[in-house]
Amino acid sequence: MDQTFLVNVFGSCDRCFKQRALRPVFKKSEQLNYCSLCAEIMAADGLHENETLASLKSEAESLKGKLEEERAKLHDVELHQVAERVEALGQFVMKTRRTLKGHGNKVLCMDWCKDKRRLVSSSQDGKVIVWDSFTTNKEHAVTMPCTWVMACAYAPSGCAIACGGLDNKCSVYPLTFDKNENMAAKKKSVAMHTNYLSACSFTNSDMQILTASGDGTCALWDVESGQLLQSFHGHGADVLCLDLAPSETGNTFVSGGCDKKAMVWDMRSGQCVQAFETHESDINSVRYYPSGDAFASGSDDATCRLYDLRADREVAIYSKESIIFGASSVDFSLSGRLLFAGYNDYTINVWDVLKGSRVSILFGHENRVSTLRVSPDGTAFCSGSWDHTLRLGWAWAAKREL
Amino acid sequence: MSSKTASTNNIAQARRTVQQLRMEASIERIKVSKASADLMSYCEEHARNDPLLMGIPTSENPFKDKKTCTIL
Repeated sequence: MDQTFLVNVFGSCDRCFKQRALRPVFKKSEQLNYCSLCAEIMAADGLHENETLASLKSEAESLKGKLEEERAKLHDVELHQVAERVEALGQFVMKTRRTLKGHGNKVLCMDWCKDKRRLVSSSQDGKVIVWDSFTTNKEHAVTMPCTWVMACAYAPSGCAIACGGLDNKCSVYPLTFDKNENMAAKKKSVAMHTNYLSACSFTNSDMQILTASGDGTCALWDVESGQLLQSFHGHGADVLCLDLAPSETGNTFVSGGCDKKAMVWDMRSGQCVQAFETHESDINSVRYYPSGDAFASGSDDATCRLYDLRADREVAIYSKESIIFGASSVDFSLSGRLLFAGYNDYTINVWDVLKGSRVSILFGHENRVSTLRVSPDGTAFCSGSWDHTLRLGWAWAAKREL
Repeated sequence: MSSKTASTNNIAQARRTVQQLRMEASIERIKVSKASADLMSYCEEHARNDPLLMGIPTSENPFKDKKTCTIL
């Protein structure tokens, strides 16, 4: 599916003529293409004729109004209305099928390996564990030098994991089956932020990592050298989550933060291409819809929302008056029809993405659900909780019982 | 920081905001009806292959406990 938002081009800058990643820049009514350095120089210039701080601020306000007007013009119908003709799903019966025990404290994050079987989880007590979900065996364990390991990720090759938290860093550990080797000895420090690491993800390869931090920025790093490749500035407060677009749809990712904003970024230029500010509190989790044309978010305002990137607006809200605790983590089923969301009231709610209704509620955790991911082949989902456990669930065929 | 530097920074920041908003306002958008139709057709196309939606037969479930048979 083609994306119609602005894609940054690579070419000759209209000001310095060097070959760079370009972004559009508006001078009076003319659109030019500048490299990021020239765009910064232009921004930092002294006042132009008839321009004052006040005039710039009022221009910003009127542009915000115009943006809302443009978005509203295309708001001809609601998603759930269009979805009326789709067959309803009916109620699912849900329960936990398997529990992974071993963490000594709150589980904060988990990620699946591409082999659809292994997963990595991290905890408040500094432990990071790699599990075989088929057997529930622990395959690797490492203790981080810090507590609150808020982020962890599995490398695409399955040969390494990344993690970090209150140490403000993201470190990569190669996974080895050599019993004599100490996993911690091969640790590589990759990312350095000036505040806690809240999220991390490898890109398409083991070579690059994308991070989000309490310092309000996201960053792209080269794993081998630890070099900063690109930084992403724009959030007005801590960034809490990020998700990379499915690889077919290009080099973008979405982030969510304490400023209630979800922002979509171009990875090559570092520029924010779209921003959405409809949540009423911190955004704890963001996840792309499988086609890459939309993303879901979960927030402390007790709602989850769906934003369509081509319509450039929020198209659904998943909420109920009875749900008053924040949603900490969201993920889609393989077809995008179901949205699994973990909440601070210890439950997982499963939503019909198209119709906006809840199709199931899962009990089982004895404390907040902090992390939730559907496996890469969509066969199962795993949730991690402050109750120190991870739980797996899947669906039986005959009775559609989960 | 001199007041001149501070005001230059404010101007730079305000100008960046205006540039960002102009860029965001200028993107091409499609109608919600079209966007919704596309989301729905994606769901329909892939529903059959969604194990959490359709369920998996016990025999094919890789997570299922493998129990051994005992002859009584």
